[in-house]
Amino acid sequence: MGLKILTEHINVPGINTFETYRKMGGYRSVEKALKTMTPDEVVDEVKKSGLRGRGGAGFPTGMKWSFLAKPEGKPRYLVCNADESEPGTFKDRVLMEKIPHALIEGMITSSYALGARTSYIYIRGELMFVLRILEKAIAEAYAAGFLGENILGSGYSLDLHVHPGGGAYICGEETALLESLEGKRGNPRNKPPFPAVQGLYACPTVVNNVESIATVPWIVNNTGEEYAKIGVGRSTGTKLISAGGHLNKPGVYEIELGLPVEEFLFSDEYCGGIWKGRQFKAVVAGGSSVPILPAQLFLKTAEGTPRLMTYESLSEGGFVSGTMLGSGGFIAMDDTTCIVRNTWNFSRFYHHESCGQCSPCREGTGWMEKILHRIEHGHGHMHDIDLLVNVSKQIEGNTICPLGDAAAWPVASAVRHFREEFEWHVKHPDKATAPGAVYRGAEDLAFA
Amino acid sequence: MNEITTQAEVQFSEEAMAEIRRYISHYPPDRKKSALLPILHIAQAEFGGWVSPAVQDKVAEILEIQPIEVYEVATFYTMFNLKPVGKHVLEVCRTGPCMLRGADQLIEHLENRLSCHVGENSADGMFTLKTVECLAACGFGPMLQIREKYYENLDPEKIDQLLDDLRKQ
Repeated sequence: MGLKILTEHINVPGINTFETYRKMGGYRSVEKALKTMTPDEVVDEVKKSGLRGRGGAGFPTGMKWSFLAKPEGKPRYLVCNADESEPGTFKDRVLMEKIPHALIEGMITSSYALGARTSYIYIRGELMFVLRILEKAIAEAYAAGFLGENILGSGYSLDLHVHPGGGAYICGEETALLESLEGKRGNPRNKPPFPAVQGLYACPTVVNNVESIATVPWIVNNTGEEYAKIGVGRSTGTKLISAGGHLNKPGVYEIELGLPVEEFLFSDEYCGGIWKGRQFKAVVAGGSSVPILPAQLFLKTAEGTPRLMTYESLSEGGFVSGTMLGSGGFIAMDDTTCIVRNTWNFSRFYHHESCGQCSPCREGTGWMEKILHRIEHGHGHMHDIDLLVNVSKQIEGNTICPLGDAAAWPVASAVRHFREEFEWHVKHPDKATAPGAVYRGAEDLAFA
Repeated sequence: MNEITTQAEVQFSEEAMAEIRRYISHYPPDRKKSALLPILHIAQAEFGGWVSPAVQDKVAEILEIQPIEVYEVATFYTMFNLKPVGKHVLEVCRTGPCMLRGADQLIEHLENRLSCHVGENSADGMFTLKTVECLAACGFGPMLQIREKYYENLDPEKIDQLLDDLRKQ
């Protein structure tokens, strides 16, 4: 049983209430930080912890905090990115739904560290039932004196609000989120300036993921050094993994980073293996935007090293034979899965969600979806396969925000690893699904 | 409900106005526009599940912004219905993880049961069938959302029961 930092008390009855959360040791980090630490000392602890942003990018949280522009008479903001919309990822929703006070405690401690007097939780609009849970918990925190004026007599004051989005995946991108929070379309901004300099209302702003913020209380309570001892190398701490797809036990699991992927996938403590006794064919390890990997390459790298659940191990081999931990959105596929259909589905998603601001993304995502649709529906040509790769290359790196990359990588990696399956579809237009897995084999990867 | 065609006909309830004022108070006084998305949600719930042009004009008036600023937002975000919907809007997730667990079959089953296609209202006006992209329920698919409630781990039998229950409401 691995160490649980975020989910230790998740099954305690009534943990969604202030009273029970407090009884289980909740809000200690607020007391400790506000009464015994300066804001800079809190930032230093987070730096020492090695905590990396849990929204997907994996950027060091403490470093991000230290970029925040010094006060120049402008307010500073902390905005929690709870716009969880990445296919395969549902960890933040579960955390907020079950233990809303964990996020609120993290928001208070983090806001104190950053000098924010007003903070926002931007939650995706579809999760209105979670918004209600959070609002109730925030009201409890106000009533208990942990929010509002002069918190615990420390002289520090904070207002915390929840803001619903309107249904747009792009608002998970931090600058699009800020535009949306300002009441506009969620079009990403050009960077620089980064939000740390010009964020919400052109004021210095930090945008952090739910899981990152909810981890801060443990770091403050136990020190950054203790947190850094968990995990492997630069992948410190624990991570929530949302496991979905063809699994015996889908759900949200908290793992210590460094857990072997094979243990995560097959042990009864976690996913319990592939459902219906079928074979494991492929996986998307970090949310739909990361490259898909065939089963063999997920369990071991092209060099034969067993993969671990860490940022580094999963990306070993680059995009030729590796993937990314990303948001921890884990989608397993059994041997009946049609990779072409799956790729078309994800491509349709990115076409639907492109904000339309950059031509390569606006036009390219639609083009890829059309090509994949015709291959999947028996109207494809052999040259369509190379065309797909070509279009994905034209999108990658040529857009303001990473949605273009997110749309390109699943397509390029699917063709790289499962090209025969695409060819099979073109040759057999009347058949819906290619038979069995057609992984090319590690020896081919050098030429991919 | 019948279509509201003029802004003058749009009257939020006192309860809704209190909620609107509460949201506006969350933002700096010169940044009232920030409350636009929350208010559009309130408006949609208040006026039959969709936001007509007249309703959007009223929202603009409340926030002291130009109507175009509301239109461009309402059309950008997928949660706002721009034409009348049925009493129950069924939003089925069709994205990857749900597809792997049978979302396509679920959608087909609903189309047959409701005798309408995705994007349409059932003949009796009771249901609107929509597909949506990823609702953060990837481990519990296939699923659908009705207003603020999630229905997860669905199969045809559960769907039939759900439709029967909704028809009785």
